[in-house]
Amino acid sequence: MSDSVLAGENVLFTVFALATCLSAVAVVIAQTVVRMAFWLVISLGSTAALFFLADADFIGAAQLIIYVGGTLILLVFGVMLTASGPYLKLESSPGEIILGGFLGLLFMFAVFSSLQGVEWPAPLTGDSAVIGAPEGNTLRPLGLALLGTRPDLDLRDGDTLSTGYLLPFEIVSVHLLVVLIGAAYLARAKRRANAAVPGTADS
Amino acid sequence: MATKRNGIGVLMGVELVLNGANVNFIAFSKYTALGLDAQIFALFVIVLAAAEAAVALAIALNFYNNHLTIDVDRANRLKG
Repeated sequence: MSDSVLAGENVLFTVFALATCLSAVAVVIAQTVVRMAFWLVISLGSTAALFFLADADFIGAAQLIIYVGGTLILLVFGVMLTASGPYLKLESSPGEIILGGFLGLLFMFAVFSSLQGVEWPAPLTGDSAVIGAPEGNTLRPLGLALLGTRPDLDLRDGDTLSTGYLLPFEIVSVHLLVVLIGAAYLARAKRRANAAVPGTADS
Repeated sequence: MATKRNGIGVLMGVELVLNGANVNFIAFSKYTALGLDAQIFALFVIVLAAAEAAVALAIALNFYNNHLTIDVDRANRLKG
């Protein structure tokens, strides 16, 4: 890989990492929930770009499709269905903000101190293809792994046959079915507690 | 996540936390011997986050239908 390409990757990584982190902070400190949703779109989209930069192309596409295209639309619909007025603000008390910030700093300290204690293996160099860091085009290996075969591992010398992820795949499938039925059951249309709004009683 | 009183805001905080975990998984996929396994874990995390968002949003809608607010501090009926 030439130096200019590497420099471009570094610039792109810096840009998207900054966008991810800053908009994540903006999600936390935004006041209205619609602005939170907007900053969350920026943050999750930049994360998808980071995934593309890390050669995880299918995960990045899934992030774009499921998170940005699905979950966030769902959240925005939730905002619209539950806002009792425009510019709804639910202020936290300063004590809660201080408590939340303290908890966040405490968690960051815990993460950093445990990161210091980890003995990292040496970075992969040279024969990383043998060790198995994927270099893009991960759709077929991912699909095969979900079906229970791992040709990227099985074809290596000295390894036993790996099992793949067929059973977790099935569990997630059943879990999604249960979630679908449960969410439809929970969110079904019901009359409100005080359905005295004129004009909507017959709907 | 801990400072929001809007129920949907809390949900967005949870999405951010899961997303941070995913970033770590993908980084481990590229720079350690974890390889493709980490990407599969990240895929499962994405799927479970979507499922969690759907169910939690249904619960939030139900809560709004009953209380006409989504302030999480108002969900205190089970308090002893």
